[in-house]
Amino acid sequence: MNRPMLLLRRLGAGFMALAFTLAALPAFAEVPKEPVLGIPKPWEMGLQAGFSPVKRQIIELNDLVLGIIIVITLFVGALLLWVMIRYNAKRNPVPAQYAHNTTLEIAWTLIPVLILVLIAIPSFKLVYFENNTAHPDLTVKVTAHQWYWEYTYPSEKNLDFISSIVPGDKLKPGQPRLLTANNPLVLPVGENIRFLVSSGDVIHSFFIPSLGVQRYAIPGRVIQTWVKIDKPGIFYGECNQICGTNHSRMPIEVVGVTKAQFQAWAVQAQKQFSADAAPAAPARVDVAQAKSGAGLGPASRPVPQLPVPQLIAQAQEARH
Amino acid sequence: MSATTHDDPHAHDTSHGHDHKPGFVTRWLFSTNHKDIGTLYLIFALVGGTTGAILSEIMRAQLLHPHGTVVNSGQEWNTIVTAHGLLMIFFSVMPALIGGFGNWFIPLMIGAPDMAFPRLNNISFWLLPPAYGLIVAGLLLGDSGTGWTLYPPLSNATYQPGIGMDFTLFALHLAGISSLLGALNFITTIFNMRAPGMTLHKMPLFIWAMLVTAFLLLLSIPVLAGAITMLISDRNFGTSFFEPAGGGDPVLFQHLFWFFGHPEVYIMILPAFGIISHIVSTFSKKPIFGYLGMAYAMVAIGVVGFVVWAHHMFVSGISVDTRAYFMAATLVIAVPTGIKIFSWIATMWGGSIEFTVPMLWAIGFIFVFTLGGVTGVVLANAGIDQVVHNTYFVIAHFHYVLSLGAVFGIFAGFYFWIGKMSGHQYPEFWGKVHFWLTFIGVNLTFFPQHFLGAAGMPRRYPDYPSAFAGWNFVSSLGAFLSGIAFLVFFYVLFRTFTSKEHVADNYWGESATTLEWTVSSPPPFHTFEELPRIG
Repeated sequence: MNRPMLLLRRLGAGFMALAFTLAALPAFAEVPKEPVLGIPKPWEMGLQAGFSPVKRQIIELNDLVLGIIIVITLFVGALLLWVMIRYNAKRNPVPAQYAHNTTLEIAWTLIPVLILVLIAIPSFKLVYFENNTAHPDLTVKVTAHQWYWEYTYPSEKNLDFISSIVPGDKLKPGQPRLLTANNPLVLPVGENIRFLVSSGDVIHSFFIPSLGVQRYAIPGRVIQTWVKIDKPGIFYGECNQICGTNHSRMPIEVVGVTKAQFQAWAVQAQKQFSADAAPAAPARVDVAQAKSGAGLGPASRPVPQLPVPQLIAQAQEARH
Repeated sequence: MSATTHDDPHAHDTSHGHDHKPGFVTRWLFSTNHKDIGTLYLIFALVGGTTGAILSEIMRAQLLHPHGTVVNSGQEWNTIVTAHGLLMIFFSVMPALIGGFGNWFIPLMIGAPDMAFPRLNNISFWLLPPAYGLIVAGLLLGDSGTGWTLYPPLSNATYQPGIGMDFTLFALHLAGISSLLGALNFITTIFNMRAPGMTLHKMPLFIWAMLVTAFLLLLSIPVLAGAITMLISDRNFGTSFFEPAGGGDPVLFQHLFWFFGHPEVYIMILPAFGIISHIVSTFSKKPIFGYLGMAYAMVAIGVVGFVVWAHHMFVSGISVDTRAYFMAATLVIAVPTGIKIFSWIATMWGGSIEFTVPMLWAIGFIFVFTLGGVTGVVLANAGIDQVVHNTYFVIAHFHYVLSLGAVFGIFAGFYFWIGKMSGHQYPEFWGKVHFWLTFIGVNLTFFPQHFLGAAGMPRRYPDYPSAFAGWNFVSSLGAFLSGIAFLVFFYVLFRTFTSKEHVADNYWGESATTLEWTVSSPPPFHTFEELPRIG
């Protein structure tokens, strides 16, 4: 089978999945309207504003580190300017010949060490804080696919749906291009949410800048991370690991809602999505295991999704 | 000390009658002469760098506005990204700094007649052109859309089924063997063929840099070779080293790749460190400040560079203690790097600085390398990395240390030594135009990318949300300016090689103290038939 045909079939499968989702529109579970909070802004120069404890701490540490490195860069720049002005051949025709100064050399070894220790202490705190997935209120399984996301809520009767890009010509006014997804990931605010991130095909990255969340989605592995959303709003993210031709076209849209709204949505969504046929054979972890948090190590690796459309294509090829 | 005395002023005896040059085919295709092989490497690096630069311009044209239509598909874009990275690393920076300047100046600076294994040297070079051909084939077939990191499963036979992907992997094998043989040659030459009296602690810093680089190559390239062999085997022979369905592990590939990949970035920058030291010393008319500290800082960078690889994998699911360790180890690298920066400035301090073109590049290098270095401290923080990993912040960081750092090192070396290598001097005015256009262009290109990355723009995207439009536009304008600067470089080359003037043996004056300045410009075909003695 030649490559363009294969590509066409793969695209076809993607459109089928999209069509499935669109067909379900009449019974659409209503997602509460929330303000857009987590989104990049034109000419933005720093990190996106933070709407989770992790992101706020990242910003705090980043401010410290950024302050230090700006001072260091300006200091080096100023030294360079000074030597260029003061010691140019016109002003200083006779060069000195010294080439050692032990005190100076010890100083520029030890002072950087001290600065690094100053940076390292809060850095260690942050790294361990980011790892704090012990007591989740809600667990969401995130499975990446070429080129859409699948979200599973084990505690909400295994609510499971896929979320793919809303193409440019289908956008409603106010929806940002390349960031809007058809079925957003709805999450309750103020709760500890654990993500179990995996992939059904190649490596992707589950990245939501304003919430300080990022983990690779790797087939055969389940990687956990967590978030606690400060307040209701919409938070956009993108796939952040090269994953094939539509790498830039699998956005993440998170809608943070109150707990009551979340529960109402979950019941409705459960009805809507179970009425649909199961989404195109996603990879599944053993949900009971995922929920208990036990055996998340390599021993319990799920069997990844077989590339079914391609296998069918190959079989047909062989027949001809 | 890099300063040496020359007991024998006739060391550069051109040995009339013995300076017989072979015919064209024998001289350039079967070459065993280190200077000719160095020249071949430099020409090759120019070809590789020009190809990579054309791809850069295509990429920046695509990203000029959102919804760019220069590139037809994501796969085509990914293939361009892959080829740009591999071409710049393996077919431009490495051949120029290691194969080019290394071959030319290791024997000249240590007072050796040639490399230890001249025929090995020949095959080291001739493995590269076919490798280049394979990379270009992978690019034109549109099959290798994985990024230069080649992570499976994206790079396996299911997701990149075309033979172009295999071409790309075999290209890396060839380039790897080439580097490995070169490294063996360099190590043997430096350890065994130094002129009488040149102890390790009297070696010029460029030689120290090349020695550390050669050891990094020797220890890291085989790991890359193992990883891509397993990948080729997964693709073609049904193994599943990196295939979870068969019990393999995609993360294993990341470990192997970065165990090579991190030392690789020091492989690209250390030779530039060496060149910059000589230039700063020569044009400040002062000996290098803190010679031993400078030499051992490079050794320290080389050693620590081998134990920091997983800082490229902070979000790959490695355990929290592992993240903490790799963060700490990575921060440590800032210390020897700081020693180098401050020692260069201290070398200039009290000097009598002449702002020739190579010195401009050297000072430019110190500034951009500092800038690229400090953003490394941000990225080393596993905690912060969670929101900047794989974003344009990373792109900005490594282009500041490599595209600006290593490439400034190459241009600095070119302007410093072109008179020595060709016998003709570059045009000073056009050299300055080249420097300033490049300096403004590359900073305009890469500085705004810090902002894009901080705001969350992922790398390897052919299209982006409209919020990123502003800085991308500025960045693309910078890239076009850098492209014009590169054309100026071609004009500099043209002017240099058509110049009628011939330069003297030591055209930089007595502050250029290493042995290459004791031979004529260009040096005779065979140098140091009588070994110089170092006092």
